[in-house]
Amino acid sequence: MSKKSASDIKVSIKNLYKIFGSDPASVLDKAKDGMSKADLLDQHGHVLGLKDVNIDIKARGIQVIMGLSGSGKSTLIRHINRLIEPTSGEIIIDGEDVLAMSEEDLLEFRRFKASMVFQKFGLLPHRTVEDNAAYGLTIQGLDKAEAIEKSSYWVKRVGLAGFENHYPAQLSGGMQQRVGLARALATDADILLMDEAFSALDPLIRTDMQDVLLDLQKELHKTIIFITHDLDEALRIGDDIAILRDGAVIQQGTPQEIVLNPADDYVRDFIKDINRARVLEVSSVMQDTKPRSGAKVDKNMVVEEALQIATANDNKPLIVTEDGKAVGSVTLEAMISAIARPEKDSERNPEYR
Amino acid sequence: MDFFDEFPDLGRSALRDIKKAIDASFKGFSREYGELLEAFFYPLLKFMIWFEKLLINTPWPIILMVVGGLAWVGSRNIKLAVGSVLAFVIIGMFGMWEDTMATLAIISVATIVCIGVGIPFGILMARSDRIQAIITPVLDVMQTIPSFVYLIPVVMLLGIGKVPGLLAVCIYAIPPIVRLTNLGIRLVDADVMEASTAFGANYKQRLWGVQVPLALPNIFAGVNQTIMMALAMVVIASMIGVKGLGVPVLRAISNQYLALGLMNGLAIVALAIIFDRVSQQYGKRLQKHREGGHGV
Repeated sequence: MSKKSASDIKVSIKNLYKIFGSDPASVLDKAKDGMSKADLLDQHGHVLGLKDVNIDIKARGIQVIMGLSGSGKSTLIRHINRLIEPTSGEIIIDGEDVLAMSEEDLLEFRRFKASMVFQKFGLLPHRTVEDNAAYGLTIQGLDKAEAIEKSSYWVKRVGLAGFENHYPAQLSGGMQQRVGLARALATDADILLMDEAFSALDPLIRTDMQDVLLDLQKELHKTIIFITHDLDEALRIGDDIAILRDGAVIQQGTPQEIVLNPADDYVRDFIKDINRARVLEVSSVMQDTKPRSGAKVDKNMVVEEALQIATANDNKPLIVTEDGKAVGSVTLEAMISAIARPEKDSERNPEYR
Repeated sequence: MDFFDEFPDLGRSALRDIKKAIDASFKGFSREYGELLEAFFYPLLKFMIWFEKLLINTPWPIILMVVGGLAWVGSRNIKLAVGSVLAFVIIGMFGMWEDTMATLAIISVATIVCIGVGIPFGILMARSDRIQAIITPVLDVMQTIPSFVYLIPVVMLLGIGKVPGLLAVCIYAIPPIVRLTNLGIRLVDADVMEASTAFGANYKQRLWGVQVPLALPNIFAGVNQTIMMALAMVVIASMIGVKGLGVPVLRAISNQYLALGLMNGLAIVALAIIFDRVSQQYGKRLQKHREGGHGV
């Protein structure tokens, strides 16, 4: 899943602030000086939506932005295609600041460079599946027949062949979101913005859709920015994760880094209930020693699978390989202690909460 | 305590001067621009005359077929189509054919004018809260002011005849379509609008691709209301020279002809019911895409 080559940066969010209220500019300096969200609301009646957000998003990867409701994640993703105007800051995409674009450039950007999938689908209820999938293309200026022809490929790719002439109301939630995905993919934009795209779906369908997305990503290599409040989802699909709280980024890193080194108690609280065996990879618990014999596992294998192999091999240490070459070893004990839930560190810090 | 016994009004002479000034300035305006306005409305007058003649001169079996056909196309309901034809047959048998055709003509033209003017105003209103704040009270006045009051300036400007009659009908009948167009557009799901914006739709693409189609059921309810209100104005319009079913009703009032009034009144009711049912059925069919369930 992870392609951690020397990736270039596709989207660079710099010093982004968003303040909601009657006169955001008047309190911007106070927010920049570090006034807290609660104080800003109490003393000045403005809501701090985003606070000094800096995220570099790699090209061709899946960047997850996660946080609980009210953390500002949906506000943040709407800045990337400027559905919400910023109070201050920059978002550089392909060398151009989206937040400074003219009205016309912005329309071009939305039509050709970034498409979006929504939590509530946002399909046009009066148009059929094929018309909805073709919507982005018709907005680009293609005539209808051509747009439908081009988008029909994506309708089939997301598994909706045969449903072309149905209306959205006739489809289940999961199928409606497939239409949303087809519509977003059909415009051929580099950047795919997904705002809690699977949150409204029930768990089985959600996993299904995650698989669809990961499968497509394997061949499409788009830059995907994925918003979620669900850590399992974040760990499952994210190449990188940024955790948002009260509008500020509190930790960024790969799923491994976040699970192994949570930045603070908030994050620690977040990850305490996850299935660590399914997230941690062998490489994060291996030692440098290279035993002569033993079963081989790839360094990107998750601990859960490696454990099975270890128990099937008399609990002996496993050889960790990278591209087939041995790079270290991992013992059963190391793996087990890594997946055990860490000490309740938050007790050290009673003022939290 | 004189002060409390009688309201301290402006005084008879001051009030008389104010009224005189208003009357004089409006008379001046109508002398100045009356002809210009008449010239402006001349094409409309020609069209109304032509349309009325068309309806009256077309052989009645053809009209019956057209009525039945339109009712069927609109409602896809055979009962409604047959009922409409039957109602027209009865109207004809009671000798009200020509008046009914005249009324049909003015109602149709008034509806077309109201749609043509009302929908753009509704769209404009939906575009900004400020425009809505300006137009809403105007619509309130148009709907509540007694129609006889605006008949005065209309007659002063344009005299008696078809065009002032049409204007009077339209002033009364246009508010619902403006209001419901505005409301329909404002009620369009914000999520759908956001999605449309996110894909780079400009104002025009959002308006014609999303807002108007999704507002259609409401706009259609507005058209329906407009037709009903236009029919309600038939009698008053006949006071300023519009031919049709209103004329005999007016005659019946002044001469106490109960049967005449009843017959013509019921003919208006029949027209109203036919228009209402057919347009409602049509509006319902516009919402077909909202039905979920089958085919999955």
